[in-house]
Amino acid sequence: MEALDRVVKPKTKRAKRFLEKREPKLTENTKNAILIKGGNANLTVTETLKDIYALKKPFAVLYKKKNITRPFEDQTSLEFFSKKSDCSLFLFGSHNKKRPNNLIIGRMFDYHVLDMIELGIEKFVSLKDIKNSKCPEGTKPMLIFAGDTFDLNEEYRRLKSLLIDFFRGPTVPTIRLAGLEYVLHFTAMDGKIYMRSYKVLLKKSGCKIPRIELEEMGPSLDLVMRRTHLASEDLYKLSLKQPKALKPKKKKNISHDVFGTSYGRIHMQKQDLSKLQTRKMKGLKKRPAAKMTEEDEGISPKKLKSV
Amino acid sequence: MAALCVEELLARAEQRAAEPHRSVAVEKELELEFDLGNLLALDRNPPPSMPRAAGAQRESRLRSLARDNTQLLVAQLWGLPAGRAEGATGPLVAQLPEPSYRLPREKPLPRPRPPTRWEQFARLKGIRRRKRTSLVWDEAAKQWRRRWGYERAGGDPARDWLIEVPAGADPNEDQFAKRLRDKREKVARNEFNRLRNIARGALPGRGLHPTGHQSRAELGRATQVARVSTASLGRFQPRLPKEPAAPPPRGGKKRHFAPLLGDLAAERSRQLELLRGLGSKKPPLDLTRAVNKQLREEDAQAAAGKGRKRGQRGKRGRQRPGGGKGPAGGKKGGARRQQQRPAGRKRS
Repeated sequence: MEALDRVVKPKTKRAKRFLEKREPKLTENTKNAILIKGGNANLTVTETLKDIYALKKPFAVLYKKKNITRPFEDQTSLEFFSKKSDCSLFLFGSHNKKRPNNLIIGRMFDYHVLDMIELGIEKFVSLKDIKNSKCPEGTKPMLIFAGDTFDLNEEYRRLKSLLIDFFRGPTVPTIRLAGLEYVLHFTAMDGKIYMRSYKVLLKKSGCKIPRIELEEMGPSLDLVMRRTHLASEDLYKLSLKQPKALKPKKKKNISHDVFGTSYGRIHMQKQDLSKLQTRKMKGLKKRPAAKMTEEDEGISPKKLKSV
Repeated sequence: MAALCVEELLARAEQRAAEPHRSVAVEKELELEFDLGNLLALDRNPPPSMPRAAGAQRESRLRSLARDNTQLLVAQLWGLPAGRAEGATGPLVAQLPEPSYRLPREKPLPRPRPPTRWEQFARLKGIRRRKRTSLVWDEAAKQWRRRWGYERAGGDPARDWLIEVPAGADPNEDQFAKRLRDKREKVARNEFNRLRNIARGALPGRGLHPTGHQSRAELGRATQVARVSTASLGRFQPRLPKEPAAPPPRGGKKRHFAPLLGDLAAERSRQLELLRGLGSKKPPLDLTRAVNKQLREEDAQAAAGKGRKRGQRGKRGRQRPGGGKGPAGGKKGGARRQQQRPAGRKRS
């Protein structure tokens, strides 16, 4: 949209590249996140934002100054920030008497708020509080969601989708197996969401698959859901739309069965049954008289040869 | 006796084989769902409820749950086709499948740029972009020079120190100023056309979308649609304060039938008119119009064929096979006229 309506033309190549980077693309770049501190943010909230920034690092921007805004009342400033730093995920932290230790996690579509869910922090253990070895920056986490609550209602389903979107990092074609060293585990039970991050230790098990041991790494959060703002059904559907060019082309006449064997279907020309060579019999042989008449009629020499 | 021995041995061997697997085996009531492209696992099993559990106890339970789930996910990841990166000495890497969990996009789908007015015209006429070399031979400098821009061939006309006054021009006119003015005008006109093309390309009326600036017309259309989007098609919808009294009707025309009984004179004249049309020698086809249309179509086709022959290097002016529809005027051809019938139901 923006690219086409670019009324003001970029003056330099660099500015043009900059704008092109922000245009809608067929295969999108990794979503970036902005972490915003609200007007009142206590230590817990600030530390949480910092820790999540540490987890997200190459794909996040941390706003260090206060921003007096209330996303559930006015989204315009969030939209402005999103456009400014080209981020489509946000995490907003604030603290007040009515909603202590408040986090708002959300995502944007086309620089407008799609979903946003307010979470209260009940308990927080920082990355620094746990004296353990940490995983390197920019590690792609393994994400695990446990609990049937995540499929219970639309809000939890969206929350799950939002958390996956927020933490999944870049999509990669290959991954180094020894580099799987960090798990984010979300458990929903008793009306709370427990977010835990663990460092993975791969132990020898005697077979091909290693035995897993986990070590708490931090940050760990106990969250409760507060207000929600979910996108309408049709807008959400619009945002899920995939470009036709990216869909794999269907190959015709090839099918697979459950065992993975592929079958091909071949289309043959219709067989000319008149040219079928049947059993040769003396009685059916053409007599010289018949041959002569056929020759007179002017039959192709090829056919004559076969007779 | 011997048979028993064999069985025993087999069982023992099986046990021994299973022993290492026990350390990596995890029992789950419902199987986990995996999306390996995102390194994601979804565990639908209800976790053991522990509302009263103390902090340390809960932590240990959560950790054991996480361990089990991670073990299952890792088993899946280790089962993926793997290879060594960067030759035989590199680290073991697994090929991840495409992510299957559907997540919303960040921005809407890219829209193809609508053709400009010139592009439309060029396509109609079969005009193709010619690729011109960027260097041309400069006879004066005896050198290959750029066709355009810095140090261009033939020298920059803006830097001429002398301009010949063209024949028929006012001798007192400043030719330098004129050239400058013309150039400025050209730039302004190009910019204007560019903006006009952008305005033309803006899609009209896709409903209200939370992006961009909605124009007055667009908003008006949206209110019109909203007005009739009730169960009673907006019949009982109260008017807004400054809404026009009777909005223009939307959608198709309603059929109106002539009354069955009534105006006999009108019916009679209608029938007579029809009969006269049938009996007359004048063809119902407007010949001039039809011929004109045909000619125009042929022209366009010829132009298209010429363009194709000239070479298929440029992608821009690619031709549709039947791209010879006239721009306007061809629509209301004579063929349409043939179908016209007198209104109303005919009864004889």
